Formats: sequence, C-alpha cells, structure tokens
Amino acid sequence: MARAKTSQILLDARALARALQRMAVEITELAHGTEGLVLVGIQRRGVELAERLAGLIERAEGGHIPRGALDITLYRDDLEVVGPRPVIGETRLLEDLTGKHVCIVDDVLYTGRTVRAALDELADFGRPQRISLCVLVDRGGRELPIQADIVGKQVKVGAREFVEVLIAELDGKDEVNLVTRS
Amino acid sequence: MTPAAAALGKDLVGLEHLSAEQIRLILDTAEPFKEVSERPIKKVPALRGKTIVNLFFEASTRTRISFEFAEKRLSADTVNVAASGSSVQKGETLVDTAKNLEAMRIDMVVMRHGSSGAAQFLGDRIRSNVINAGDGKHEHPTQGLLDMLTIRDHHGTLEGVKVCLVGDILHSRVARSNLWGLTKLGAQVAVCGPRPLLPRGIEDLGVTVFSRIEAAIEWADVLNVLRLQLERMEAGFIPSLREYFRVFGVTLERLERAPRPLTIMHPGPMNRGVEIESQVADGPHSVILDQVTNGVAVRMAVLYLLAGGRPELADAAKSGAGE
Repeated sequence: MARAKTSQILLDARALARALQRMAVEITELAHGTEGLVLVGIQRRGVELAERLAGLIERAEGGHIPRGALDITLYRDDLEVVGPRPVIGETRLLEDLTGKHVCIVDDVLYTGRTVRAALDELADFGRPQRISLCVLVDRGGRELPIQADIVGKQVKVGAREFVEVLIAELDGKDEVNLVTRS
Repeated sequence: MTPAAAALGKDLVGLEHLSAEQIRLILDTAEPFKEVSERPIKKVPALRGKTIVNLFFEASTRTRISFEFAEKRLSADTVNVAASGSSVQKGETLVDTAKNLEAMRIDMVVMRHGSSGAAQFLGDRIRSNVINAGDGKHEHPTQGLLDMLTIRDHHGTLEGVKVCLVGDILHSRVARSNLWGLTKLGAQVAVCGPRPLLPRGIEDLGVTVFSRIEAAIEWADVLNVLRLQLERMEAGFIPSLREYFRVFGVTLERLERAPRPLTIMHPGPMNRGVEIESQVADGPHSVILDQVTNGVAVRMAVLYLLAGGRPELADAAKSGAGE
C-alpha cells in the first residue's frame, strides 16, 4: 500500500454498477449475441469483474456465459526488473478457445503490457475467432499499440496519481478512486 | 526491488538454512506451476533466454529429467553435462569446469555431485545461480520440497502431520532435506531403521526414533520409505536384503494393522521386495507417482524464484527506462 495523501472518487458503488451494466450490453453487441462468447478475467480484479459482467449478460440474455481466469505473471517481459511475484494466481481456461469470441476483462488499462502478455498466453490455448478487450478504467499512458474495445470510464492520470479499483468481493466495497501519492 | 528473490538468495544449496517462510514461498509458488504441465501447450515464457547447465557428476535419471522438463516448460535453454565422457574424466577440477561453462555465458547450474558440500563450494565461486540436485550425503533440497508439497496436497497442511522416514537415514541426503524442511514447517518427524543406519544423536533434534517398523506404522500418518542402497549391505551395515525386508520391509500385512490408512511415499528408484512390498507401492495409499509429478512443479518454482534475483539488472533497467 502506497502512502496516499488525497483520494478522489471516480466511480462510487452505484456509478460502477451502471458502468458494468452498460459494458455488459456493449460486450453482447460487439459479440453479436452470446454465441461462442467467453469472458476471461485477468487476475486478480479482472476475474471478479468478468464474473459480474457474465452474470449481467446471463440475466439479460439467458443461457450460460463461460468464464475463465488468466494469470499473466509467467508471460511478463520484466521478470528480471521486478523479480518474481510472491504468489502467482490461478489460470483457468476450461475449454479450447478455438473459434470463440474471447473478451479479456481487466480493471485498469495503462501501459498495455499486461494485455500483450495476456494475448501471448491466450495464443497457447487455441485460436479464438476474435479477442476483444474490456476494461473498467482506461487511464492512458500506453507503451504498446493496444486499445480497449469497451471502456467503463476514461480518466487522465497525472504523474503522481494512480487509479485504485476496489471490488466488494476482495476489498469490502465497490469504488474507483484517483489517488495522489504524497 | 526483488522481494521474493532477495528472500531466496542466489543459490539453493539445502533446506537447512532456509526459513519456514522461504520454504512456504517455494511450495506456494509451485501450486500454479502444476497447472502449466496440464495445459495443451505445456510451456510458459518466464525464463526465455536463460541458459541452464545440468551438471551431473553422479548417475541420475529421474532428477535430471525432472529438472530438464522444468527448465523446458519455463522456456529456458538447457545443456546436459554428464561427468563420464567430459573433461572431468581428464582431471579438470569442478571450479574449472564451471568457470569454463560460465565463460560461455550461462545463467544457472543444476548440479549433482558425490561430495557433500559441493553445491555450496561451487555457489561461492561462480556468479551463476547454483541449484543443488543432490550433494553426497548432505542434501537434496528439491526432493525434500517435492515430498513436502505431496504431503501438503494429501493432508492439507504440514503442521502436526506425523511423518516417519524409514530406512538408511545416515547416508541419505533425501532424509536430511526432509528432516530440515518438515521440522521447520511444524510436522512431527520420526525415523525408523537399523541402528547402525541412524545418525547418532538424532533424538537431540526432536526426532522420534523407532527401532520397530510396527511401532512406526502405528504412530505415523505418512511413511517416506527410503531406498536401501545395496552397497550398504556390502559395507556390513545390514546382514542381508532378505533380513532387512523381514524386519523393516513396508508390507501390506503390517499396514493393515495400522489404526488409520497411511500415505506411502518413496523418492525412487524403488527396490521392490527390499524396503517396500509391491502391493504397497502400487496400492491405493501410495503417492509415489504424485511425488514425481510434483517434482517438476517444485523445480519450476525454484528456477523461477532464483531467476529473478538480479538486483543489479533491475537497477540498470530502472535507470534506463522512464518508469
């Protein structure tokens, strides 16, 4: 936990719920329905967000949306820079992804390196017909030519600021904050 | 800024000098690596570009292959060097061999050697990471770790689990790594074997000693049955293999009298009908092949954790890049 000086709420619980509602609809539109749609969350908070989005889509469209989880730690390009992560999360992709529409779900899109790693990892699990990217917050600052298809909220983030995503399942409440480091 | 790497250091020589947290870190890191071996493409790029030399001065099949799979599934480049047919036979010293390999820009050495302390000796003299794959009678840390992971899989914890090592404890590096690791993580440890094959004063380490296998079976949750090395008989430690089996053999008949089913482990290679009966080795409570599967995951975890430990590279990258 970085020492935080000030914190500004970007999305409160209700705004976050509305954003997810809209994102669920946009995912269904992008995939032309739910046929062959698979939501894959990136550990950790992406997994919870994918679970919620899949639930919302199921409620609106019926049927069952397969979910997956991806831990991209072993596909990072900076092992020597950051060192090994103490605990690697679970990767769970139950089915062959060939021919599916895989929607990657993550909490914050920043440099794009996580998504690059996720694309590499997905390629080892088959050949999806399409991969799309859905993020709760796009904070800019890309270092790779990667863009999201569906964005919950776009924010400009300064040099000493970062986006903090809190999810009830993990953090006790739903909230997205812009935090300024002291 | 490499917390995990700093926590493990440059080399893995043994479990004696690791803390409980360090051992737990390795076991926890091994968990996700189990899944990698179940994927359609059993490979992740974590160690891409790393060169690893498997330097085996003693014969080994299982351990060498297990390390090699672990290395390949992490995308490292590997070279196997066996002592026979190498310059070692021509009289080259261990350090010279390693320095020559290092001059070819390697990153890690996995070494098995007949002399106790060889791994530490080499680790102190070269820059590459050194992983001990068994040194004399000293330690075989990755075997100890995979045994612990297997016990944890089957009992949910190591805390309070009663583990009895059976057989030649005195000459066994597997036993030594098990003893260090298990006691650190709170397991209750006992040994059982012929008195001449038990280290003197082992009770002082808090280890229970059973002279009768029946008593060990009554006490234990887990039996880790060690291989009886045939040369021990020639050296006069035991009268005959038949006699050993009669007194210490782990048999179905003996296990059936246990108050609860025991988990049966063996580091391999087995002498069926000497230290363990075939029906036991192939029985429902044998986890001997689970140990082999876990061996790859544990070795992947160790390689991965040691590979990140280059703080000087991290600093260079940080000053080079913007963030």
